[in-house]
Parts: sequence; C-alpha cells; structure tokens
Amino acid sequence: MGFMDILYIVIPSTLLWAAPLIFTALGGNFSERSGIVNIGLEGLMVIGAFTAIVFNLAFDQTLGNLTPWVSLLVAMVVGALLSVLHAVASITFRADQTVSGVAINLLAVGAALFLVKLFYGKGQTDIIQKGFSKIDIPVLSDIPVLGKLFFSNTYYTSYVAIIVAFVAWFVMFKTPFGLRLRAVGEHPMAADTMGINVTKMRYIGVIISGALGGIGGGVYAQSISSDFSHATISGQGFMALAALIFGKWHPLGAMGAALFFGFAQSLSIIGSSLPLLENIPNVYLLIAPYILTILALTGFIGRAEGPKALGTPYIKGNR
Amino acid sequence: MSNRVKNIIVPIMAVILGMLVGTIIMIVTGYDALAAFTALWNGAFGEIYYTGEVIRQVTPLILAGLSVAFAFRTGLFNIGVEGQLIVGWLAAVWVGVAFDLPPVIHTLVAVIAAGVAGALWAFIPGLLKAKFRVHEVIVTIMLNYTALHVTNYIIRTVLSEKSDRTEMIKDTATLRSSFLEGLTDYSRLHWGIVIALIAVFIMWFLLEKTTRGYELRSVGFNQHASHYAGMNVDKNIILSMVISGAFAGLAGAMEGLGTFGYASIKGGFTGVGFDGIAVALLGGNGPIGVILAALLFGALKVGALNMPLEAGVPNELVDIIIALIVFFVAASYMIRLFIDRISKKGVK
Repeated sequence: MGFMDILYIVIPSTLLWAAPLIFTALGGNFSERSGIVNIGLEGLMVIGAFTAIVFNLAFDQTLGNLTPWVSLLVAMVVGALLSVLHAVASITFRADQTVSGVAINLLAVGAALFLVKLFYGKGQTDIIQKGFSKIDIPVLSDIPVLGKLFFSNTYYTSYVAIIVAFVAWFVMFKTPFGLRLRAVGEHPMAADTMGINVTKMRYIGVIISGALGGIGGGVYAQSISSDFSHATISGQGFMALAALIFGKWHPLGAMGAALFFGFAQSLSIIGSSLPLLENIPNVYLLIAPYILTILALTGFIGRAEGPKALGTPYIKGNR
Repeated sequence: MSNRVKNIIVPIMAVILGMLVGTIIMIVTGYDALAAFTALWNGAFGEIYYTGEVIRQVTPLILAGLSVAFAFRTGLFNIGVEGQLIVGWLAAVWVGVAFDLPPVIHTLVAVIAAGVAGALWAFIPGLLKAKFRVHEVIVTIMLNYTALHVTNYIIRTVLSEKSDRTEMIKDTATLRSSFLEGLTDYSRLHWGIVIALIAVFIMWFLLEKTTRGYELRSVGFNQHASHYAGMNVDKNIILSMVISGAFAGLAGAMEGLGTFGYASIKGGFTGVGFDGIAVALLGGNGPIGVILAALLFGALKVGALNMPLEAGVPNELVDIIIALIVFFVAASYMIRLFIDRISKKGVK
C-alpha cells in the first residue's frame, strides 16, 4: 500500500470523525467565551443523537433524502432547549456550573434511554435507513490529486462543520455581538457598566452551545453510529471539550484540534489495517487527545488560558 | 430561619422536587406512578435480599461521595472520581490475582493497593494545580478517559490473553462473606460496607479533629490567607487531591474485591464516580450527609431494577430523578429564595 493510498483512506475518515467534534467544540466555545463552563456538552450530544435518530426513523418515508438534514435541525432545536436548563441553573440561579453540567449529562442519558424504551419497548433503536451517505462532491472532486484526497468518498457534514467554524470565528471576533460575548466572559462588570446585558449574552452563549452540541450529536448518530443506544455517545462530548481547550478557546483552533482528534480517533479504528501503524497498540491513539490537552493546559505546548470570568456567576452590585 | 436548618431543608426539598417531577413525567408518559414507586420500594426494601443489595450498592457510593466531598471541603472539585475508581479497581484485582498471601492480609494489601492507585492517579491533577495553576476539573475529566483506555489495555494485554476480563481474584483476597450473604438471603453484600464506614469516620476525624485537616480546609477557603499564616499551600492542594483519590480508589476495590471479583473491559464509565458527585452535593459534603445520600441513591438504583418487572416502568426513570435532584441542589439558590420568602410571610 503506497503512501497516497493510505492518505486516501485516512483523510476522509478523519473528516468523518472530526465533524461531530467540530460542531460540539464550537458550541462549547460560545458558552465558555460568555463565561459559562459547559461540561454538559456530552449530554447535549446525547440528546442531539437521540432526537436525530428518532426523528429520522419516524419521518424517513415522508421526507426522503432530506431526512438527515431535517433531523439535524430538530436535534439542534432540542439541544438548544436542553441547554436552557443549564442556562437557567447556572446563570439565573447561580448554580455551580460544573455541577449543573454534570446534571445535564445524567439527565440527557436518563431521559433519552427512558424515551427509547417508551417509544420502541427496547433498549436501543432500529438502524436508520436514510443516514448521511458518502459522496463525491461535484466539481471539486474532479481536481487532480486534491480532489481525490479531500473531496471524494466523504460527507457534506464535514464541510459544513468547517464552514461553520469560520462563521463562528467571524461572529466571535469580527462582529459587535462577538465582542460583547467575549467581554461578558472576561469582565462582566465592565461589560455591564458599558450597558451590555450580561445575563442575556450568557443565555445566548449557552443556547448556541446547546444548538451546536445537538447538531454534533445528530451528525455523529446519522453518519457514524446509525442507531441510538446507551453507548452511542461515549466521551465525544468530553473530547469536544478537550478540543475547545486544546484549541485555546478559539473557533479555528478548536476546529484544528477537533480535526486532529478526529485523526487520532480514526487511526485508532482503522490503524490496524495500515502498514507501519499495525504494530502500535491503539491505546496510545485513544488517549492522545486527553494527554495532549493536559499538556496544553500545563503550558508545555503553548499555554491554554480560558476566559477570565469563566465559571463565576455574575451578581450585580458585587465587587 | 437559621442557616443550619436551611442546610437541612434544601436537600430534602430537592429530593421532594426531584420525585415530584419524576411523578409528573410518569403521568405525562402514561405510566402508573403509584405502581412504579411501590415497585421501587419493594425492589429496595421488600425482601431482605434486596436490602442486602442496596447496602452493597451503597458501599462504593459512600466512598465515591466521600472522595468528592473531601475535595469540595478543601476547595477542589474532583470530577475524576470515576477514573481514580477504575484505576483502584484494576490495582485491587491485580493484587488479588497475582499475589499469594494469607487470607485477611491479602485482602488488606489489595484494598491498600487500590487506595494507593487512586491516590497516585489523583496526584497528577493535584500536582498540576499546585505547580502550574491548571484547573483540576479539566485535568480530572481528561484523566477519566485516559484511565478507561489504559486499564482496558492492561486488562486485555497484561492481565489476560486478549480476553475481555481478568481471572477471578484468589479466595484469600475477597471481601465477600458467606456470613453476610447468608444473612441477606444470598445477596452480594460484602465486608466493604465496614471499610466504607471506617472511611467516613477517618474523613470526619481528619478534617475536624487534626491540624492537618484544619490546614486543608483553610487552604480551600482562602489560599492567600493560609499562605500568609505560614501554611504550605502547594503541599496542601496536592495532599487534598491525593486523599480524595484514595477514597475513590477504595470505591474501586469494593467493586473489584467485593461485588465482582474481577475487572473487565469497559465500553464506558461505571457511573459510580458521577453518582459520587450527587451523593456529596446532596449530603452537604458532611460525613452523616454522605451516608444518608448514598443510602437514598443506592436504594433508588437497586429499587429501580424492580420497576420494569413489577410496574412496567423503565428503570431509567430513576436516573432522571437523580439528575433532577442534583439539579435542584445545585440551583439551591432558588430553593433558598423560596424559603426566605415563605419565612418572611410567617413573620408578618
């Protein structure tokens, strides 16, 4: 197997595994930039995956090929709704944000499995018939070499994820809204004095994270797992959180980190069929994202520092 | 109303609210809520066998709760109990399988090994927090997954030959007791509960009755003041994480030496670590509170298994209730406001 042949397998696989991570990490980015820790990303992905699969199974006859996309939108809405709970607890009721995130995770898994049993009378759903399918992107896949590397045998969702990352970067760093969002996360009192509604900005940040987390789960369920059970989302949300931190709370950094983690994940799965990699135990690839994130936080690979007011509730009038 | 009373009312209100919302969910989804709660009660206390199972379930919950509570009391958030528990589990089983020692001693060595393993795993976030000011929440989350994959790898390659579980531990290392099993109609109740209760006492004594405990709490409360008073802040942060990790490791030993007697490859977490957060929160991070909260959650978890059989209600309902309780405790500001309003009306 030549080097190019390996790339033809690895790159599409990386893009496939990275897409849900990119969406979710971007979601986390909005929440954390507004100053609200979101450990609940995992739960938001769970509920997104669950919603997408249930909707997909129910409507694939009527919606045809549009099904996965519409399901994704529904997953987005439900993810956003669940995140409102996190927002209310951690912003309005000043709950410990980490604890509230843990509650979101517990709640999402419990509720999703409860409903699966209620709807289908068994522990997991059927396999969906209309998931996202592999495609060659028209025109672009005809480019010599690059077309086959990056635009063949791949999924539209991966490109949507990358585009959304650039949009998120633009919104966060080039618009007044983004400036306000970041201001609220760095120094809420200063922002408040300048007439920015801290509570509102934080709500928006958390709800965007719910929406994108829901999409992330929906993408994962409809392109990778194809059904929903207790083990569908196991750690992807936390890996997205890792990507966010490894990417230093920057949308494009988060995207890069998510791509890299997707690369590690895909290698851990297909690595055994590739020359050179077949003898390396995949445990190294599995733990790489987490170890690298710890190293990044420690400062060995360029120190990652979060927004200043991350994790502290804003109480008007307190100094 | 005094703060002390409020601190007791808040968790009770949270539990009631959690149950209430759970009931509403059942009514909305068309289940028989009364039958469900009856089944839950019967599944936890209806027969002595179930009660034995509840106590067995409570054992690791107490230790996981202690782990989280100890860290909380000293100003740290150990969300890595899950990882430390898995590492402790593996260490206990490893000692149980590989060593040949006389009865009791073998068990003790295995239990200690679990505590040490958990402590070492927690030493990493402690050190990083003390030396590099890295927030322990993120590091411990990352170490949870690292622990999961690493222990799976060790079980597959070192402790077995590509099998998905280890051998059974030797009889000399077990925490199981035919006496306790006989007492409870052959449940899996084991001696671990004694260890858990001793651990509760140790935590209370350490935190409340020793200088070291005072320092640990002080550093958690205000690092700068403690530093000014001449305490070694870095050392205390690390120590606090290490002790917290040791409790978590012991929780792993309960599963490894008591309930299961082996370690197996895991696709995901046991959940005990995260339930520990719920236990600690609901129990107000105190020794008695932790025991009571662990009892509640243990009974809910074990009783839930009877719900699908007796009432046809999915046992996940209990997970929802637990999540809601955590939620309500976390958002206790809301409950406190409510209590304040009510008690003010009383004054009028």
